[in-house]
Amino acid sequence: MAGKAWRSTIFNLLRQWGLSINGKDKIEAQEVSRVVGALRTETPQPRTYVRGIHTVTLIPGDGIGPEISSAVMKIFEAAKAPIQWEERNVTAIKGPGGKWMIPPDAKESMDRNKIGLKGPLKTPIAAGHPSMNLLLRKTFDLYANVRPCVSIEGYKTPYTDVNLVTIRENTEGEYSGIEHVIVDGVVQSIKLITEQASQRIAEYAFEYARNNQRASVTAVHKANIMRMSDGLFLRKCREVAEKHKDVKFTEMYLDTVCLNMVQDPTQFDVLVMPNLYGDILSDLCAGLIGGLGVTPSGNIGANGVAIFESVHGTAPDIAGKDMANPTALLLSAVMMLRHMGLHGHAKKIEAACFDIIRDKKVLTKDLGGNSKCSEFTEAICQRVLDLD
Amino acid sequence: MASALRGSLVSLVKGLSGPQWQLLASRPLSVSAALCGPEAPPARADATFKVTMLPGDGVGPELMTAVKDVFRAGDVPVEFEEFRLSEVQNMASEEKLEQVLTSLKINKVAMKGVIHTPMEFKGELASYEMRLRRKLDLFANVVHVNSLPGYSTRHNNLDLVIIREQTEGEYSSLEHESVPGVIECLKIITRVKSRRIAKFAFDYATKKGRSKVTAVHKANIMKLADGLFLQCCAEIAELYPKIKFETIIIDNCCMQLVQNPYQFDVLVMPNLYGNIIDNLAAGLVGGAGVVPGESYSGEYAVFETGARHPFAQAVGRNIANPTAMLLSAANMLRHLNLEYHSNMVSDAVKRVIKQGKVRTRDLGGYATTSDFVRVVTENLRHRPVR
Repeated sequence: MAGKAWRSTIFNLLRQWGLSINGKDKIEAQEVSRVVGALRTETPQPRTYVRGIHTVTLIPGDGIGPEISSAVMKIFEAAKAPIQWEERNVTAIKGPGGKWMIPPDAKESMDRNKIGLKGPLKTPIAAGHPSMNLLLRKTFDLYANVRPCVSIEGYKTPYTDVNLVTIRENTEGEYSGIEHVIVDGVVQSIKLITEQASQRIAEYAFEYARNNQRASVTAVHKANIMRMSDGLFLRKCREVAEKHKDVKFTEMYLDTVCLNMVQDPTQFDVLVMPNLYGDILSDLCAGLIGGLGVTPSGNIGANGVAIFESVHGTAPDIAGKDMANPTALLLSAVMMLRHMGLHGHAKKIEAACFDIIRDKKVLTKDLGGNSKCSEFTEAICQRVLDLD
Repeated sequence: MASALRGSLVSLVKGLSGPQWQLLASRPLSVSAALCGPEAPPARADATFKVTMLPGDGVGPELMTAVKDVFRAGDVPVEFEEFRLSEVQNMASEEKLEQVLTSLKINKVAMKGVIHTPMEFKGELASYEMRLRRKLDLFANVVHVNSLPGYSTRHNNLDLVIIREQTEGEYSSLEHESVPGVIECLKIITRVKSRRIAKFAFDYATKKGRSKVTAVHKANIMKLADGLFLQCCAEIAELYPKIKFETIIIDNCCMQLVQNPYQFDVLVMPNLYGNIIDNLAAGLVGGAGVVPGESYSGEYAVFETGARHPFAQAVGRNIANPTAMLLSAANMLRHLNLEYHSNMVSDAVKRVIKQGKVRTRDLGGYATTSDFVRVVTENLRHRPVR
């Protein structure tokens, strides 16, 4: 009896709010969501038709950077991707007060376009010269580093069917740069973990998982040893997981992840972790699929800024010899297209690239072939046109 | 009183007439001994060796039972002094820790499972595992990653040694909340300990006839801390001109390990990196169940598994792979100078793996832990005829 009384009160309340559960005046699910405010647009429109041409800041970089950047530009042109490039060179300059900064025109361009594509940058070996990547990271507050590692068919490694994404917190942790010598021979290095940054990265990880149809998120930590700092990171991940019940959440020790990763990488999906662990694991995963030459990477920053990059070195020994492999930068550019919602173009370019690698006819030296960078690029362009 | 005692002793000895005395002093010739030829088992030692045993959590007790079964079947002159120290089962206390330490002070050698650390933070930053390590000053952890003949993985014929400093670095248990929501965790690197581990690594390489030592670091980011470690390694390396010295950054090292692990020989590194590389390398040759490990201080030696996981989900299911613990036990016997018994145990284990008929689930077989142990004990006496 008591249950019935309750139910009727609830019905009355709902009716007061203008909602009804009775079959007769059933309201549409859409309407409910509009009331709740969940459904903002009715049908998602492909952005291509809405926005037209996008401007993207291109930082070609040093060493092999210019070659692979022009390769990417050629392929994009062939695919008729609605991208307009704004080329900017980046070298560290000393600003007022002796502070290292990137050139103002590059910063201004990035601030305006929000999206950037970047080749490898070299860090001059000079006293006090900051790492270029670190400088960019700081300038645009690039807090998340995302690296999808997917096995490339036709490029054989001992590991097959790898399909995972590492998401790394990029602003704090072990890389805080706070170190001091307490007494001679004793150094302390401080790892900084904050609630805010942990929350931000956890939220990004779940958002990414949802937007990219990924089923699970695994938090990688070492909270059995670093009970407070990694404990905080883990706690934040758990809290965010509570809000995203549709994505499965698991947690795992860093050492267990490493152990399982080399035995069976297929069990992992999206991995989220603090800085140092991310650094190590993202390179490890890149190793699984064939190294940094084929691994794309993206950096997500505050205020909607995103820079996509290839994470390999500048390879000065082969620079200008038309021998470089543009795959990593090309796949990063594909990631960029996806980030901008240009899924059609992304798919086409990616398919063309993978097709060429699978065919094994035209490959650069590091992929086990004998072709030049320009030939490889040409083959992909041709393939893109064939796909149309 | 004394003279009376002596008198009775003399009469006792006299009581044992000639042939009886001889029977006791020498072992009768048996068929198996004759087969073995030069490698005949030594006459049973007068005393047995006492070894401290800490089964720990998870499958630890099961693995220890396996070791005990094999030792019993092989007539190994080792006696275990067992202590149950467990944080998750509320069996850990200062008192218990003291008992373990007292026992170890006499025995100097221990076999240890994993003492699982509960994740919940209850005000105590250091786990028992860490405290034990620190109290005994077990500074060097050695994991010899060796592919098992007969079990093929993605990378075969691997042979590398990972030497890890395990008393300082990230595992210093020094953490504090400077303002709410901001936590500082200290990593400590000292010159004394860095030099000590570097020297250990080069001594190890010299002793085992290895040609190269690689220091793993992240000195491009942690310029002072890892820089100090690297500098200490380089300084020590100069004292060993016959051994090649190289350095590698940790993330690159991980990548190289999955792409081309054959380039490494001996690796030396600070604490956390060691934890990562140990597990990674163990994964390369078949997982946590097959790689033995050991920890040393100036005085003590503790034998354990290479990748330390309690494997709690397997408790009581009789599926754990005792290979790592048995190989570790064999290493312990070698440490105790029981060369014959050591070879006996390790050969038996390797033979069973190589035959490939009885394998535990983690190696793709269907055998249970006890099946595996039974077959190992059956293989103990089987020695190749040369």
